[in-house]
Amino acid sequence: MKKPRIIARLDIKGDNVVKGIRFEGLRIMGNPNDLAKKYYFEAADEIIYIDTVASLYGRNNLVDVVKKASNSIFIPMTVGGGVRNLEDAEKLLESGADKIAVNTGIINDKSLIKKLAQKIGSQALVISIHAKYRDHSFWEVFIDNGRESTGIDLKDWLKYVEGEGAGEIFITSIDRDGTEMGMDRLLLDTVKKVVKIPVIYSGGCTGYEEIIDLVKLYDIDAVAIGSILHYKKDTIKDIKLNLKKNNILTANNL
Amino acid sequence: MNKNVSIIKTNSGNIFNVAKAFEYIGSNVQLVSSKKDLLKSDYLIFPGVGAFAEGMKALENNDLNYSIKEWANKERPFLGICLGMQLLFECSEEFGFNKGLGLIKGKVNKLPESLKLKVPNITWERLYHGSPESTCHDNKDKVFKNHDFEKDLYFVHSYACYPQNNKSWLATTKYGDHNFCSVVKENNIYGFQFHPEKSGNAGLKLLEEFLKL
Repeated sequence: MKKPRIIARLDIKGDNVVKGIRFEGLRIMGNPNDLAKKYYFEAADEIIYIDTVASLYGRNNLVDVVKKASNSIFIPMTVGGGVRNLEDAEKLLESGADKIAVNTGIINDKSLIKKLAQKIGSQALVISIHAKYRDHSFWEVFIDNGRESTGIDLKDWLKYVEGEGAGEIFITSIDRDGTEMGMDRLLLDTVKKVVKIPVIYSGGCTGYEEIIDLVKLYDIDAVAIGSILHYKKDTIKDIKLNLKKNNILTANNL
Repeated sequence: MNKNVSIIKTNSGNIFNVAKAFEYIGSNVQLVSSKKDLLKSDYLIFPGVGAFAEGMKALENNDLNYSIKEWANKERPFLGICLGMQLLFECSEEFGFNKGLGLIKGKVNKLPESLKLKVPNITWERLYHGSPESTCHDNKDKVFKNHDFEKDLYFVHSYACYPQNNKSWLATTKYGDHNFCSVVKENNIYGFQFHPEKSGNAGLKLLEEFLKL
């Protein structure tokens, strides 16, 4: 059976890991390197770093953060925020990133997905999507870390990016981000029905009970967790232990 | 004593993290891309990410293919990681028929894709000692001295190796019901299909044991 990956999500602004609710009212959670190390030693399967203001300022701040992290963290690292071209992606890969996450950059230049897939390989290309529920199973795609609407229908966008060579989808529900209200199951189900490539779900996770549900009901590939880890309401180690008690195996990598 | 580790740097492949892992376990790392530097090393590491034909071409362009064979024939410790393991074999079916270094007899084939199993295979999986035909549990190789076979390691690959010689097939990993070779060894030459530099503590331990060879 497939092992769902439990991923720690670090949203970064400047020198800090931050967390808001629906991407607003950001609060400082701590130092990126300290938190990444903590989650690494708690048996995270991956770490996702997102520079939350990169697209706004037109640059990615994470090269130094990732370089530093690669001295002490030996699990896959996905890095995104402000990737606008091949050079940005390659610079991050050369600094220790294993996968690149792109969002705003590919909406601005739709030919970039194919170029990236050919250059760095689909296995290293994660498409990050921030979706906001509108109505009647219609989700709108947002860019600039949830600040700008695009008018694009999520389902159309998913099909497009998969066809262009995306390796993985990293989907965040804007409505649930930081709320700890529970994940958007309708969104999760919708994404899963549209694409075949692996999907990382994020936004609103309440804890291990919910993850167990999602694995059983939707056979999810991966979940990315921020709030409940940063606010110390749960640990990756405990989440994995509780999944195991419910006969759900995760990577044994502690 | 700090070990001197050389990592082969060709144009393709991200070697930054492999270098960091060896530094973390206390070795002196240098990146080599010329024949002269390569033959000076104590331990030679050949990482690789990317396509088989491109990887082989990069070696040929740097005139390193013969140097690697020369190194291997001197029975000094050599480790190929991921694509670096696959290139040790005679040939691959990736994008047509491609010739590898031919240091280990056997084939590199695409993983059998199915509805349930995705390619590339990106997963954490464990090793089983031995080949599917001979899972003898005694005479464990030295590289497994500190390895806990219950631990999972990180894999990212679309192709896998199938050594001809059962004795070279040191460990097996499952992809659904399918078995592929995850650790190969022939004399002084080792190959890991997983990424030891991305497999947490278990991966670092395997690298430490390799440096004791």
